[in-house]
Amino acid sequence: MQKTSKALLGLATAFVMSSALPNLAKSDELTLCWAAWDPANALVELSKDFTAKTGTQMKFEFVPWTSYADRFLNELNSHGKLCDLIIGDSQWIGGSAENGHYVKLNDFFDKEGIKMDDFVPATVVGYSEWPKNTPNYWALPAMGDVVGWTYRKDWFEKPELQKEFKAKYGHDLAAPKTYDELKQIAEFFQKREIDGKTVYGASIYTERGSEGITMGVTNVLYDWGFQYDNPKKPYEMEGFVNSDDAVKGLEFYKSLYDCCTPPGSSNVYMVESADAFKSGQVAMQMNFAFTWPGLYKDEKVGGDRIGFFPNPAEKAHFAQLGGQGISVVSYSDKRDAALQYIKWFAQPEVQAKWWELGGFSCLNSVVNAPDFAKSQPYAQAFLDSMAIVKDFWAEPSYASLLQAMQKRVHNYVVAGNGTAKEALDGLVKDWSDVFKDDGKI
Amino acid sequence: MTISHPSIVEKAADATARATPASLARHVRGLSDRAIAWLFIAPAITLLLAINIFPLIWAVYLSFTNYRANRPNAPVQGVGLGNYERVLNDPDIWQAMQTTAHFVFWTILLQTVIGFALAYLIDRKFRGHAFWTTIILIPMMLSPAVVGNFWRFLYEPQIGLFAYAVSLVSGIPTSDVQMLGNVSLAPWAIIIVDTWMWTPYVMLICLAGLRSIPDYIYEAAEVDRASPWRQFWSITVPMALPFIMLAVLFRGIENFKMFDMVTLLTGGGPGSVTEVASITLKRAAFESWATGRASAFAIVLFVAVFGLANIYVKALNKVKQR
Repeated sequence: MQKTSKALLGLATAFVMSSALPNLAKSDELTLCWAAWDPANALVELSKDFTAKTGTQMKFEFVPWTSYADRFLNELNSHGKLCDLIIGDSQWIGGSAENGHYVKLNDFFDKEGIKMDDFVPATVVGYSEWPKNTPNYWALPAMGDVVGWTYRKDWFEKPELQKEFKAKYGHDLAAPKTYDELKQIAEFFQKREIDGKTVYGASIYTERGSEGITMGVTNVLYDWGFQYDNPKKPYEMEGFVNSDDAVKGLEFYKSLYDCCTPPGSSNVYMVESADAFKSGQVAMQMNFAFTWPGLYKDEKVGGDRIGFFPNPAEKAHFAQLGGQGISVVSYSDKRDAALQYIKWFAQPEVQAKWWELGGFSCLNSVVNAPDFAKSQPYAQAFLDSMAIVKDFWAEPSYASLLQAMQKRVHNYVVAGNGTAKEALDGLVKDWSDVFKDDGKI
Repeated sequence: MTISHPSIVEKAADATARATPASLARHVRGLSDRAIAWLFIAPAITLLLAINIFPLIWAVYLSFTNYRANRPNAPVQGVGLGNYERVLNDPDIWQAMQTTAHFVFWTILLQTVIGFALAYLIDRKFRGHAFWTTIILIPMMLSPAVVGNFWRFLYEPQIGLFAYAVSLVSGIPTSDVQMLGNVSLAPWAIIIVDTWMWTPYVMLICLAGLRSIPDYIYEAAEVDRASPWRQFWSITVPMALPFIMLAVLFRGIENFKMFDMVTLLTGGGPGSVTEVASITLKRAAFESWATGRASAFAIVLFVAVFGLANIYVKALNKVKQR
């Protein structure tokens, strides 16, 4: 009996030790959490320099976009220790700051001489600040991103199409500068036969489940004059969210969906849009800039065949901001090492390499460098786009606000229920309810 | 005279008895059978309480509060019946319940009719019936995630086989066969997939029912010169009815909770036309983090399913007793 007890005790000790050992062995290891996409692969490559310099191993937890928010917001809400560093979505800033998930970085930035003025202003507001437009920083701008457009340059350059287009619309077939031009081009290509294949006008965001259609619709609405609230009175939305101009903008988005998208485009987001472009289905594609390096490299549609342009203008000129900042998770046991990573990442030479590898740096010294615009074929479009960005609500209740918009606009644009005015009036009501719950109105 | 050898179980029991320390053995000897029975089932009951009952009680508690899981540091305040009032007055939730009822009704109807018909055919034991049974069962064995993605491609208007088949039969261009993007067709797209996947399950249960009917009843009917139609309605259907009702109960409960298939196929769209109750609940609980309100909604759903299932089980018992 004594022997059995000893054996059991031995086994239990071995089990406990074996569970503890990996943690002991990995005390000089940092885990960085992000979405699984091309820039994440570039970051893995870039981080090898950090390991070489500091000896700290980098471990990465990348999850697909479809489960990115669910996975990591659950992790943060449960005060999990999985992530030491997190590249969280721009909308998470408000909630993560107010709920204490992120370490406030002001003191660290001051101590290390990291200046927010060194970064593109829009990215500082979008990725780092909470409350917005106050010097309270919870992240370092890490991955600049914005919704823009790609087009089939090779199709646009076909002489017979150029001739036909000019005869029909009275101007050249070129990257559009206004939404009217964009729609003309989309109509021109819709159901056209090119190289023996039926092609379509444009791929735009329509996804219902997460944030897709909202990102697409806002990208267009901003240009018509849509505003989230009264600039003079926060959370006053009547007449701003559902202004006449905003209604016209939403009607335009629906008309673009109805006239010029490929069949079966009722649930399209980043991947589906890129796929439509890569498979040679569409003349133009709305998508975040992070897709551009991959598309440029594509054997079938990349290289000389692809062109890039920023969001066209209408009454105003804006584009939906994407992208993320990098934060230190407050539940991490390795805060100091995580802060060291941020310090390293903020260095100009590291940021320059980040851009080279396929990441989108937000550092002024990188994007304002004289040769930046020519460094990649999409660099100019990226620069132009980042100059006109605007972001969705970053309130702690952003998810409820997002859900309401997803539902209202999908119901109108894709399902064809009601009018644009009804959709936006409903949105004002939904958003007012959310802010009432939050005690903000 | 035969010499009986102790079985493996007896040997093991003997070894256990010998290894039991004397002090413990004295305690065990003093226990009644009832106490020993409780001792054995205690771990299972503890686990059940921890995994099923405690979360249920906790959810009931949360449903009366304003708790939000993403704001653990915020003070938790009681809101009385406020969450229930809000849930029951929310038109979106009623819309989701209506959508769910629509799915449950049509999927059960189609699966029961087709499942029973298939079981009836398979029960005829024609040549190769075992092979066809296996083929029919395949969809049920697949993961819903695989089925959802698989059918999403099938429904694709430009490259999907479904659109091609419809176009071939009806002459409608494939680009117009938009099952997932059309408000009228999207609910049916999901009903078709669920029926395709789960009809074999209903078939299996019905088959068990049909095989449980003794042959002599049919032989007696033959002697009485009952027509096959009469035999079907007077013997087959009544005797298989408890099994059919059981299948309806299982599928009803499952389809009330339908989530994965809808998420993968339409994400609740177009608009909200396929947004079933489970998706609304998930959005409230894990996207909006309105934990208290979501708990109230979950309790309402639980009571609805539990109540309906209870009424149904009573009816089932009556049918069995006939």
